[in-house]
Amino acid sequence: MQRQGLRTWLFLAPAGAWFLCMLVLPLIVVFVFAFGERGAAGGYVPAFTFENFANLGARWTAFQNTMILAPVGTLACLLIAYPLAYFLALRASVRWRTLLLILVIVPFWTSILIRSYAWIYLLGGQGIPSLVKAMGLGSIRLINTPFSVLVGIVYGYLPLMVFPIYVALERLDKRLLEASSDLGSPPWRSFLQVTLPLSMPGVATGCMLVFILLMGEFLIPALLGGGKVFFIGNALVDLFLQSRNWPFGAAVAVALVLVMLVTVAAYLRFTRRWAGGRDDVSLM
Amino acid sequence: MRIYALAVYLFLYIPIGVIALFSFNAGRHAAQFQGFSAQWYGKALSNPFVVDAFQTSLIVALTSAVLATLFGTMAAMALQSVKGRLRVAFDALIYIAVMVPGIVIGIATLIALVTLFDWLNPLLAAVWPLAEGAPQLSLGYGSLIAAHGLFAMALVIIIVRARMAGMDRSLVEASADLGATPWGTFRQVTLPQIFPGILAGFLLAFTFSFDDFIIAFFVAGSQTTLPVYVFSSIRRGVTPEINAIGTMVLAVSLLMLVTAQAILQRGRKAG
Repeated sequence: MQRQGLRTWLFLAPAGAWFLCMLVLPLIVVFVFAFGERGAAGGYVPAFTFENFANLGARWTAFQNTMILAPVGTLACLLIAYPLAYFLALRASVRWRTLLLILVIVPFWTSILIRSYAWIYLLGGQGIPSLVKAMGLGSIRLINTPFSVLVGIVYGYLPLMVFPIYVALERLDKRLLEASSDLGSPPWRSFLQVTLPLSMPGVATGCMLVFILLMGEFLIPALLGGGKVFFIGNALVDLFLQSRNWPFGAAVAVALVLVMLVTVAAYLRFTRRWAGGRDDVSLM
Repeated sequence: MRIYALAVYLFLYIPIGVIALFSFNAGRHAAQFQGFSAQWYGKALSNPFVVDAFQTSLIVALTSAVLATLFGTMAAMALQSVKGRLRVAFDALIYIAVMVPGIVIGIATLIALVTLFDWLNPLLAAVWPLAEGAPQLSLGYGSLIAAHGLFAMALVIIIVRARMAGMDRSLVEASADLGATPWGTFRQVTLPQIFPGILAGFLLAFTFSFDDFIIAFFVAGSQTTLPVYVFSSIRRGVTPEINAIGTMVLAVSLLMLVTAQAILQRGRKAG
């Protein structure tokens, strides 16, 4: 028994030390720095002040853009993902289902940088706009607009939304649908009264995952927003790597994490109320 | 419904296809395809910056994936017999590591390490016996590997654990009852059963590190990984050379993913 315990500790020690040194301590440092003051040459001077938090308004546009485009992007993902998840779970033939599902997930695991870059190519002056012009429909501008950022968001995060909804729909007891139709419900009513409510836990999981990741997004607005549409993530990069205002940047980061925590808490409350409880969703 | 699904798949794959197609474009013009050529691949691969960044990415991805897989698997195995507060703490750490956005991890690692190094370097210089040549700690390979390995390790723990949950415990007990040493049981019973999970975890860990931009952007120091290089070149303008690099990056992750998926699927059937 004693030896067993020792071995357990030895096996846990490297992972524990890694989590402690590279996750817990750095996060504490961020928290502490958020109350500090900026040094003359950037960096950090120890202090205890709430000034950084009071100043958050200076980056209000970034917060505003994020708080508008993250929910809108999440909703767009949901609207596009739901029919696809529905098709995969309830309509696609069993033979093709696994392959089709893998084809949805694979892009999520490839470089988001390269995938966003692809849209610079497609939406840029020589891409779709030049096609539209060639067809004689006048000139349009797509790149560096909120629209192009939204396209990038949907493109980047769609797989993450499809998967949890698929899992929820796949687990759905098909007999309930039969019962509903036997009792004379038209398909749309069965969908609204049976399928949709039972898939809500999956919808909630997908929305939470996408929303949280969107809150910290940097690349998509940086590449497709061209400095006009910027998120909190872009403000953070600017504060840490350009203007080197660490304490203020730390305060922005703390605020960002707080918004995320609130989201997760709301999600947990929502799913607990929705009877089914929490689905553990893996991405593979 | 079928047409809708097809449209979504086209949406997902056309942009990737366009990049791949235009990476073979003979001309420089972005809008029209002027014949087939591999010249941009030649250009990319003879660019010393690209080769250097590719090497850095490869070293970082391999090292962090190996370490993450080793320590992650060890932790996943040990956690099986751990309950109570320690278990709760580890579960929380794993979730935090996965959920905290990369940008916050990058920032936290950057300021924590820079502060630590600012503090340690004078100390090191003071205790260094020679007049010159005291080592200077700085961001680079070490910080890249440590930061990438963190997320990767959480990933490995989750995957290996899921695999263990489906494992037949009675086999382990039978092996012990038949007099096998713990190491023997591990090698002959546990390892073959969880191996698909470990390998898949390794491949995903590698893919994550190889593709990651945002963490590397903060902690790479004087090093440049391939995504960081690509990002800075995109800023300078879209060129066919980036298409070629991008296609290669996509090919590497696709290869890893297909392998991981095949291993997991086969493991599921056998297990």
